[in-house]
Parts: sequence; C-alpha cells; structure tokens
Amino acid sequence: MRFELRVSSYEKMAHRIEIETIIDDARAGVMLERMRRMSGGRAVNSLQVVDVYTIDRPLRRAQLEKIAAMLANPVTQRAAIGKPLMPRAFDWAFEIGFLPGVTDNVGHTAREAAADLLGSEFAATQGVYSSRLVFCRGKLSRRRIRALVAGFYNPLIQRLQIKDSRSYRRGGMGVTVPQVKLVDRMEVDQVDLELDDKGLRELSARGIPDKPLAACPERAGRVEGRGPLALDLPSMKVIRDYFRKVLKRRPTDVELESLAQTWSEHCKHTIFAAELDEVKEGVFHHYIARATNEIRRKQGRKDICLSVFKDNSGGIVFDDDYMVTDKVETHNSPSALDPFGGAITGIVGVNRDTIGFGIGAKPLINRYGYCFADPAETRFLYRLPGKKDPLLTPRRIADGVIDGVQVGGNCSGIPTPHGFTCFDPRYRGKPLVFVGTIGLLPRRIRGKRAEQKKALVGDKIVMVGGRVGQDGIHGATFSSEALSSGSPASAVQIGDPITQKKLSDVIVKEARDKGLYNSITDNGAGGLSCSVAEMARECGGCRVDLSAVPLKYPNLSPWKIWVSESQERMTLAVPPKNLNKFVRLMTRRGVEATVIGEFTGDGNCLVEYAGKLVMDVPLKFLHDGLPKKKLRSRYRVKRQPEPRFAAPRYLAKELLGMLDRLNICGKEFIAVQYDHEVQGGSVIKPLQGKGRVLGEAAVVRPLLHSVRGVVLSSALYPGYGDIDPYWMAACAIDAAIRNAVAVGGDVGKMALLDNFCWCSSDDPFRLGQLKRAAQACYDMACVFNTPFISGKDSMYNDFRGYDSAGRSVQVSVPPTLLVSSLGVVADSGKCLSLDAKYPGDRVYLLGETKDELGASEYLAHKAGSRGGRSIGNNVPRVDAKKNLALYRRFERAVAEELPASAISLTLGGLGVALAKMAIAGGLGLEIDLGVVLRARKLKRDDYLLFSESQGRLLVTVPVERAERFERLMRGMSCACLGTVTDRPRLMIQGLAGKTVADVSVADLEEAYKRRFRDY
Amino acid sequence: MAKPKVLVLTGYGINCDEETAYAFSLAGAKPEIVHVNDLIDGARKLMNYQILSFPGGFSYGDDTGSGNALASRIRNNLWQELLRFTESDKLALGICNGFQVMVNLGLLPALNGKYGVTEVALAHNNSARYECRWVDLGVAATECVFSRGIGGMRVPVAHGEGKFYARPAVLKQLEKKGRVVFRYLAPAGAPAAGVFPHNPNGALNDIAGVCDGSGRLLGMMPHPERNVHFMHRDDWTLLKEGYRRRGEELPQQGEGLAVFKNAVEYFK
Repeated sequence: MRFELRVSSYEKMAHRIEIETIIDDARAGVMLERMRRMSGGRAVNSLQVVDVYTIDRPLRRAQLEKIAAMLANPVTQRAAIGKPLMPRAFDWAFEIGFLPGVTDNVGHTAREAAADLLGSEFAATQGVYSSRLVFCRGKLSRRRIRALVAGFYNPLIQRLQIKDSRSYRRGGMGVTVPQVKLVDRMEVDQVDLELDDKGLRELSARGIPDKPLAACPERAGRVEGRGPLALDLPSMKVIRDYFRKVLKRRPTDVELESLAQTWSEHCKHTIFAAELDEVKEGVFHHYIARATNEIRRKQGRKDICLSVFKDNSGGIVFDDDYMVTDKVETHNSPSALDPFGGAITGIVGVNRDTIGFGIGAKPLINRYGYCFADPAETRFLYRLPGKKDPLLTPRRIADGVIDGVQVGGNCSGIPTPHGFTCFDPRYRGKPLVFVGTIGLLPRRIRGKRAEQKKALVGDKIVMVGGRVGQDGIHGATFSSEALSSGSPASAVQIGDPITQKKLSDVIVKEARDKGLYNSITDNGAGGLSCSVAEMARECGGCRVDLSAVPLKYPNLSPWKIWVSESQERMTLAVPPKNLNKFVRLMTRRGVEATVIGEFTGDGNCLVEYAGKLVMDVPLKFLHDGLPKKKLRSRYRVKRQPEPRFAAPRYLAKELLGMLDRLNICGKEFIAVQYDHEVQGGSVIKPLQGKGRVLGEAAVVRPLLHSVRGVVLSSALYPGYGDIDPYWMAACAIDAAIRNAVAVGGDVGKMALLDNFCWCSSDDPFRLGQLKRAAQACYDMACVFNTPFISGKDSMYNDFRGYDSAGRSVQVSVPPTLLVSSLGVVADSGKCLSLDAKYPGDRVYLLGETKDELGASEYLAHKAGSRGGRSIGNNVPRVDAKKNLALYRRFERAVAEELPASAISLTLGGLGVALAKMAIAGGLGLEIDLGVVLRARKLKRDDYLLFSESQGRLLVTVPVERAERFERLMRGMSCACLGTVTDRPRLMIQGLAGKTVADVSVADLEEAYKRRFRDY
Repeated sequence: MAKPKVLVLTGYGINCDEETAYAFSLAGAKPEIVHVNDLIDGARKLMNYQILSFPGGFSYGDDTGSGNALASRIRNNLWQELLRFTESDKLALGICNGFQVMVNLGLLPALNGKYGVTEVALAHNNSARYECRWVDLGVAATECVFSRGIGGMRVPVAHGEGKFYARPAVLKQLEKKGRVVFRYLAPAGAPAAGVFPHNPNGALNDIAGVCDGSGRLLGMMPHPERNVHFMHRDDWTLLKEGYRRRGEELPQQGEGLAVFKNAVEYFK
C-alpha cells in the first residue's frame, strides 16, 4: 500500500488523550475471558482497556481539557492528556489502531463533536484518530503475548504496538498519526493493448502496470500491477479491437478500468448470461426470468410483481398504497479477509439497494444468512506455503461476521428478525455471508409511480454521502476471482452506518417526497463508474468531472476516483431548478452533496479530469460490447454409497444427538444481539415460546396502524446438492415457501429471491450442477406460482492455498442456492408461533413421510459416530403440485384460526420438529409413529423420525377446533399423531407399539442449547 | 383541552422516532418529529411543545460513549432553551439512547434539583454485548408523572450500554429520594437481584428507569413504545390462545401505552 505512517516527529503537533475506566469494565472482562480461553489457562491475570484519541491539530491546553472532559464519562472514566497512563502493575501494554485510510467511526465522531464543542472546524488535513490501549498482567513471553494479541487484531486494517512494562514506562506508546499521505501519480496513462494473447492475459491478471514514480525513490524502477482487471481473453480482445478499429486510439487507464468494472462477473453476471449448451439465452433468462414472466402472465390481475430484476431490489404489492421490496446480497470475499468489515459493509450496502430502489424505499427489515465451517475447527489454512499468511480461523470469521451485521443493522435502526446459519467444512476457505433488506415504498409519490425513475438530459449528477478514498478499489473485479495471496487488501473496508443513516433519513423521509430528484442509485460495486454509467442509460449519456469529486485525502489518481467503492454514497439525478433546494436540505441534515457532472443525451460516457477528457466511450459499447461467453457443461447424477446400519432400538439418544448438531442446535446468541423489535412492527419473532426456539420465518407489520404483515423466510440445502442439485434447489424452494406458510403466510402473495453461490464456475461439472439447479427453479416456481423478483450470484467461492504441512489445497464451497421468500398476509393477528400452547391439544402431521434420508442430518449424525461418509441417494424430492394444495388448505385453516401452533419440518425431520415444539412450549408430547402417513417401504422408526421429506407441517389444534380442522383437511395427508401433555416429557411410540423414546423436555432443551451457550 | 404537542427528536442516528411518535399519537397527543438541527437553527422552537421526547437509537453510533456525542451537541447549541423547557411545567421522556442522552446532559436524576451535572452512567452491559430481549418491570411509588397507576409491564430492552451505575453515595440518595421508577423483575415478581437475563445488563439495584425531583422528567432503558399493541408482546400467540379458550375478548393495546397516556393525561 502506498501509505505512510507519520510517527514521533509530529508529536508536538498531535495530542494524545487517554481515557481509562475506573469502574468494573465489562469490555475488559470479556476480553480477558477470551484471552484465557485462547491461552488455555490463567496465564493472563488481569486486563485494563484504555480508549485513546489522537488529535492531529494544534490546540491549547484549555481546549484539550474541554475535549477530554467531553470524551470521558465523568462518573465512570478519567482522562489523561499528553501524559501516558501508568497503572501500578502490568507486564505488557499493547495498542491497536487503524491503518491509514481505514474508516475510523469513533475518530470521525470525536472530530465532529470536538469541532462543535470548540466552535471551529478542523482543516481537511487535521483529524482525530481512535485506538485502544490494553494493559495486561501475566507472566508471558513476547512470543506468547504476540500470539494472544493476534486474536484481536487484523493486520489488513489495523496497526499494532506491543511494549513490555519497562519500555512502556520510559515514555508510553508515543504518538502515532495514521494520516494518509498518498504518493500517487496524478496523470492519466494510455494503455498499450497491442499485445499477444499471453500479454493480454497477463495484463488482465496483474492489472495495468503502474509507471515508476520519480518522486518516490523507494519505488523507483519497480513496476507494479494495479490489481486484476479480471477480464477474460475474448473480452480483452474485443476491447483492443474496438479501440483499434472504431476509436482509433489507445484506451486510457480510466477507460480500461471502467470497462473492467462494468463487464465484471459481479456487475454483468457473465456466467448467468452466457450461452450454456443448448440454452442460448443463458441460465438467468431461460430459467429464472422466464419463470417469472410466465407466472406474471398466468396470474393476470392477481400478479403481485411491480418491479423485477431490473432495479437494485425487486418489488411486490403490499396493499393499495404501498409496495414492499427485497434484495439479498452476498459479501463473501471481503468477509473472508476482514469478517467484521466485510459483513458490516455487506449489510449497510444492501440497505442502499433498498434506498436505491425506484425513487427510494425505506429500509424496513434486515435478514442474514451465514455459511461457516465449524467454529471449533482449529486446523489452519495458509495463502502461502511454509505456514505463511494464514486464513482467519472459522471462529474468528464467525465472530466478526456476526458482529459486523450486528453493528450495521442495530446502528441503522433496522430490525433483524430472521436469519440462518449453516455449517459445512467446505466453507472453511471462504465463508458465505448473505445479507438482505426488505423495504417499504408508497406506490405513488406526487402522482408518479414510485418504482419508476428516469434521469433527464440536463439533470445534474449529484453524489451524496461519504467521500471517496482509496478503499474498495477493485471490489467488483475481485469477486470475479478465487481467493489467493494476491487478493487486494484495499478491497476491504469498514462501513459507517451513521453516515448512511443520515443519508437514508434525508432521502426517504424528506427529499423523496418533496420530489427533488428524478433518479437515484447506489454506489456499490464499481463505484461511480458503474452507478453513473448505469443511470446514464436512462437519458442517453453523461459528462463527469472527476476533479469535482470530494476526496477523503488529496492525491488520488483519477482512475481510482472513478472506480473506488468507498461506502455510504449514492448518486442522484437532480434537475437544475431543484439543485439549490436539494443541496441546502442535505447540508442541513449533515450530509455532503456535490455536483460532479451532468446527464446528457449524446450517447457517450464522457469523463474529464483537470480540464482534460480522460474517458470518451459510447454507452452502447460500455454496456453491450461485452462478448457473450459460450460455456459447456457436463453433469450426471452419481451413485453414492448407501449407508448400512441397523436401526437403533432406542431413539432418545439419537434425538438428543440430533438436537446438538451444528445445523440444528439453537443459536440464540445471534438472535439476541440483533434488535428485532426496533421500528415497532415485530409480530412473529426470531425466538419463540418460553423455551426460546429459533423460528424459520418472521412476520413484521410495516405500518403501525395496520395489521397487514410481511412474512419472510429462507431455506437452503447445500448438502442435498452432493446427490442432486436439482432436488437441492427444489427442496430449498419448497422449504422457503413452507416455512412462511407455517407462520401463516399466503402462497398467493409470495415472491422468491435466489442467491446462487457456486464454485469453480469454469468447470463443466459445476456448470452442469448450476443448470440442473436452475431447471428446478423454473419447474418449482411455475407450479407454486411464486415469481422470482430479485437475485444475485457469486460464482467463484474457491480458496487456493496450503495446509499446515505445506501441501497445496483447494477448498471450494458446496454449490449453494439460498432461496428467500417475501410475502404479504392480510391479518398478522392470525399468524402462528411454533410453541405447543396448551396440554390436551392435538398434534397433527400434515404431509407424507418417505424414505428420504439422502444427505440428511441423521445420516451425517450416524456417519459421524461411525466415522463413515455415506450420504446415501434418497435425497428428498418435491411434489410441488401436491404440496401447494396442502399449503393452500392449511392457509384456510389459519384464516379460520383453527391451529394453535405450527412448525415446518426441515433438517432432522419429525423428531427435531417435535422436540422444538415441546422445548418452545415447555410442555410434553405423546406421539404415535404408527399413524404417520408414510411410504409403504418405510419401516424403520429412526427413518420415520428423521427423514427430511419435504411438504410437511406439524400443527397443534385444540380439541374443540379439531373436528372442524379435520373436516377442512379432508382429502389431504393429515394424521393426528397424539397430544400435548402437561407432563414435560416427549414420549414416542414406535411402529411396533413400543416406546422408542421417552425423554424429558429439560434434557431436550439442554441438548438444543448446550453448544453455543458460551458464545 | 387541545392535544398536547410532543417534539420527538430525530437526526444523527436516532432511530426510534417513528414508533415513539406513533405511541404518543395513539395515546392522544400530537407528535411532531423534529430534526435536532431544525431546533439549533431555530426553524422549530422547543417552547412551542409540551412534551419533549428523546427516542431510542444510536446517536453518533454510540461512538465516544452512548448518548455522549448527541448530548454534547445539544449542550453546545441548545442548553439554555432546554433548561427553560425543563424548568417549566413540561414533560420530557428519554428512552434507551434518549435516556443515555438525558443522563449525559445531567437532566437526570438531578439529585439536588440542579440540571446539568452528570451524576450517573449507563455503562456497558455485563455481557459486553448488545442484548435485545423482553423484560418484566416493577414500578415504585414515586413522583413520576409517566408511571402513575402502572403496576408493572413487560417491554423489550435493546442496548449494549444499559447498566445503570452510580457511586454508592449517589445511589443511596437516589433510593432515599425515591427517584427509581422502574426496576427489572424476576418472572414471579421478585426482584431480579442482578441476575441475568432478568436484569439484562447488570444494572445496580436492578434500576431500569429514573426520574428527576419534579417527576416530570423520566429516563428508562426499556422501550415502552415497542409494546403498545397486543401483538407486540413476545408471548402474544400464547396469550391469545388463553383469551380465546376462556371466551374472553382479546385486548387491543399493550402495557407500554400507559406511559404515553399518563403524559397526555398530565395536560388535561
């Protein structure tokens, strides 16, 4: 990185304020506990955490004292100015701060507050930087303390100083000012594309060579690449030929970088758009979009879609006056490098997909989904041989990701009532981090349809929100590649939710309804280069002046300004007549707004810098010049070894073992960290019943005066894909719908979102899996009549590196399709939770149980205990027509308010559903497996209990409503398995009439909650 | 009498303004959501309102301590106006982050009747983690306007810094002067006695909310505006079954609404 740390010589200018906590500090306590866990003992005796603010501005003593008094809590803290704190006893002191240029929210707030307090602004180059100093007592070697501290520090974004008490006492930590001092070249280069294939490939992989810089002696003579363009050879050739033949000149670096961003896998979904075998129009159009189009045509007046695929989110009808929008994003690669930063930028970024939908929707609900390796996994993977450059451990990744979404969502005041975690060792190289946001938007604003927007010729291009910096260069092209040692660190950034909250509030609560702008979009992947060029299509051209773009620090090269992905920014088209009003409103709300150009109609994307034209490319080539890929797939369902083991006679132990499994057990610690009550609309919550069992769907009322609700759910079965990706996708769709139906959802008012996270997508086998999964999406959606409204794909979730023995390894995620549902219910007062409610209520199982244990949790559980890996072949299949009929009938029962509770059968099948219902209700159940409607072949109690057949719901109904319920369910698969009991035991009678399980609800609860209790 | 006018503050990361305004309007008041900068530049006048509401949220992202930066902005720019307001016959209610702001401003508990000195703190939860969960509150007999006639209520908390802390002498004064309005309870109505999760943050003496000497100013960590509908409660699906089986009508409103109704009632 081309940064410089300014140390020591500036001490006289910069001031250091240290703030210690004088009461019991919970943060120190938790840190100490974590260190002890890491060190496996009590090597660390005590910790003291000190907040440090470094103020880089000349200030008088009195001013510093004022600032210190403001920063320190007078009841619980004490400040020291310019003099290091010296606790009486400590062995080590270490300090962690940010690297130059990394978003420092605390420092940023302190700077703003200090300016307000002193009544004078900071100059552009003056700043406040936060860091954390920790004093540590314990007999530890330097190596040991380094190893421990490594667990709290990420060298990609942070700086670290460690001192023993002797050297600390000689002068404290000193003053470090992590100011960015760029030594970029400000010229625009012409790039020579007249190269052979090898040369073009190399250029794409390494990036445009940076010319040596005379002013920077230590780099003189060294030619570095700027980071991958990640364009394939045919694309490079098309660009070369276009510039040679049509434009008759060399491209500038700005132009080439811009094309690389716009044509990236991330932005153009090249794999999904590619011709694949006989599918000429590509997987997306042929399977996903076609399903939506056909459903919409079929539904006619009942069509719920308002905007599909073309905008930042998809939108469906909520009621006569409002629509709801939804988008689920992935942020996998950044989360692998910096889990906290990756996840927080992910969630805050997808919020902007809501604000950037139509004319601007209000973020209403957040959702999350995490695919991790077992956090207990301790084997390291390395990016380089010889145990160099280790990947973060699964635990570090999980902790950081969970925390990032926590801070992003909670700080933004958006409730997070639903999400999931899914574990598989193959997520060790790269985790999958799904983040989604549902939004609310009036259908008409000032008489205009709110899902429509159009920048007009003459509108000013206005950038609002954060400033542009070096952060997030090449994020879009980065996601088109596998993770390796060359992955750019500048792709990592940290979100600033408060800057965005201010932006969001002023847009969706004020500017929008005043009609001050014509169009809006998010600055996400590709930064301005993508957002402006995308909006320019609405009117037919744009002219941008990069010199006008506000920067975080001086001397950023023009190409970087154009493609930087610095967060919390949006681009708007503001008509000149509204400009003053718009900018004034933004300023009054503390949001920076800058005119950076104008929308035109001449068909070109023109960019200038310092008075010179640096990009002049027709929009048509920019957007449609990308050559279409032609891909071939090869896939055949492989026969898997069938496991063989005798049915255990007694199943209580198996059930307890199942409840303890990573993919089944409770994750209450995540749900309680996420505010699911803010905005006051929560109806069906993440933790249900007295026993606090995690549900698989949530219901929220977006309008506080109305009982109309939004239902959201999700499902994925990556394990099933090992047998057949077709059924993996079909089951995910059925389960996503069923999970929503179980809480009272209405299939007639339900839409789906798809997130394909694939691996090695150049491999015909992987492409074959993709095609099969997409085929299932089409088939299932068309039967359920649930249109896809939005989706996102991430095609290269692979890691190539080394294990601890130095062997080269590739870890690829299992092809993963996440299906999320978004639906509307007329009366959320009829919605259901999953806890058994009253003793005496009848327990019904809807749907049929088959021998469908292929790739099930039960087989994995049994394989685990026997050391085998046979996943079997009987993956659950979906009879969508039959399931739909059942769901529609159940909806009628809900409309009549017959059931008292319901739960969808997912992983672990009937056994786990029964246990969850009992744990949640704190009540017992008496169940007879003999009456379960089952396939004739299915004769084992264990299979009956743990089969993962789809299309099943477990329901309780009070006796007085049972007759009506049974009459209503006539003609459907519906069996009364038993009753809810006062005595808190789950008693299960097997096919032979004998008790196969008799276990207390307390034991079930213990098994369900044990694993993550201390997280 | 006309509906009392409520100024519901917003801006800089406050995020419970809409549901707080909704709770006030449901209780019969006339709320208006006002950006703090509109008060500072004089577009709105605090004295034109009867009730001032500091809603929950994450003002300035909790950076430099929860509620601290917003309190600083208000102290720097609005202090005299605010002092005049609190010293008049008006009400102020701080919820969660709003409570943190009021405490940092020294509006609460103002033990000696003098506003402006920070006497207590809301420190990091004992878990050092953000907690969103439902709690049971007990209500003490105090001068507090907002808690009149309330026996107890079930409402959610959602915060990372909610541990009520005061030095022993201050704590003693608070108790002696009857400033503690709400306390966390264990399920059967016994004191939570500091035990997690009933006391969700480790607050001293299980303190969840305190008032000033006049009883017109209240601050509390839990969110009464998040339980103004029957369907808000975490256990409403179970309660609903109970009401139905007993043949009783379902209630419409939630227990938290009483706090807002009391505020409206004060001006009748």
